[in-house]
Amino acid sequence: MTELLRTLFVSTPGTSLHLEGDTIRIHHPERPGRHIQPLIRIDQLVVWRGVDVSDELMLRCLADDRGITWLSRNGRFLGRAGGAQLGNPLLRLEQVRAYDDAARRLTIAKSVVAGKLQNYRQLLLRIARDADGARQSDIRAIAERHAEALIAVASCGSLTELLGIEGNAARAYFEGIPLLAKGVPPGRSRRPPENPFNCVLSFCYTMLKVSVIGALEHRGLDPYIGYLHGVRPGKPSLALDLMEELRPLLVDRLVLTLFNRRRITAAHTRSDPAGGVALTDEGRAVVLTEWSQARERAWRHSGLNRDVPAALLPIVQTRLFARHLRGDEPAYTPWIAS
Amino acid sequence: MDRELTMELLVTYDVDTTTPDGARRLRRVAKVCEAYGLRVQKSVFEIVCSDVDWMIMKKRLLDVIDGDQDSIRVYQMNAGALGRAQHLGRSPEAPHGAPLIY
Repeated sequence: MTELLRTLFVSTPGTSLHLEGDTIRIHHPERPGRHIQPLIRIDQLVVWRGVDVSDELMLRCLADDRGITWLSRNGRFLGRAGGAQLGNPLLRLEQVRAYDDAARRLTIAKSVVAGKLQNYRQLLLRIARDADGARQSDIRAIAERHAEALIAVASCGSLTELLGIEGNAARAYFEGIPLLAKGVPPGRSRRPPENPFNCVLSFCYTMLKVSVIGALEHRGLDPYIGYLHGVRPGKPSLALDLMEELRPLLVDRLVLTLFNRRRITAAHTRSDPAGGVALTDEGRAVVLTEWSQARERAWRHSGLNRDVPAALLPIVQTRLFARHLRGDEPAYTPWIAS
Repeated sequence: MDRELTMELLVTYDVDTTTPDGARRLRRVAKVCEAYGLRVQKSVFEIVCSDVDWMIMKKRLLDVIDGDQDSIRVYQMNAGALGRAQHLGRSPEAPHGAPLIY
């Protein structure tokens, strides 16, 4: 098991990162003093456009297998450097074979959707426990929709049907958002997100995507060949597949809490002329702080019979997925919170 | 098995700097310590690491120092002791578990 290391997030434009001995020196012209962090404690760097990573630091990170991810100012995934391509070519071939085999493809897609539905159901039931009256029964009704969808998944015979089941459950969930977070309008909007809630949600999904893509590349899998999400240029389908089961409890739960506890307020976001909503610098710092802390929380993993920190769940699930592709496990078992 | 970050160490050192060679050793000791932990005073580091990290670090320190003139003392702390440290005056708080956001 990999040790729990941390992510260095650098979003302030004008910052430059340098290698100094075995440390990263973080330099910004307006911040006096020498800011260094031991490299040994950092397992990946996430930098926004406008941050300069020195060649020496980049090469050292590649040599040590420490991924660097670049994001646009709006938090779009731009790219990632992760050293020489690792892993087993036989595994990659198997990944493609599973894609070409309609039955295998559907089975994997079903596992992924089942994991997602089950974890959303868990999330809803947990919130319902602390609610009362009509609100409680309304939330339970949405959870019931997810339970029914789970049963439908088991017997569904095609990918189109599966996507329909998943889409309906997701719609019910997002229509019910005002029940879960007070004052938040219903519905999901993205590219661009039209309200602060959707903006923070998208931002955190990107953070999750960064760690899933990192875990997949590290294992030697191709993040762009997925099963549920289909294959399209520039679409990291496999990462999106594996994110499904992680979203409800690692992202949605956190974002709901941020809004319910008013950690994020209107001042943390701003609207742009095109009607989209984006995080301010301060808002981004708040969300990243909460995200970093949530990554350290341990979750029960019933398959491994031990607690796993959120930060390692993408790595653990990627390994289980590779095991299934290689034929060591008959099915891919998604992570389900118990 | 797991390489967990279970060790909390307080490392203090005293390197003889009367000679140019000593000054060089001082810089090297500081460099090694910087690679593993956070500096809280001029020659005091707080380190959270795995036992493997500590073995490697110890080897690196022994390679640098002159055993006749320099002294390094390492205190192994109880888990969480570094987080509970109090500080007076201008010594900085070492944010061991804090998110790394710049």
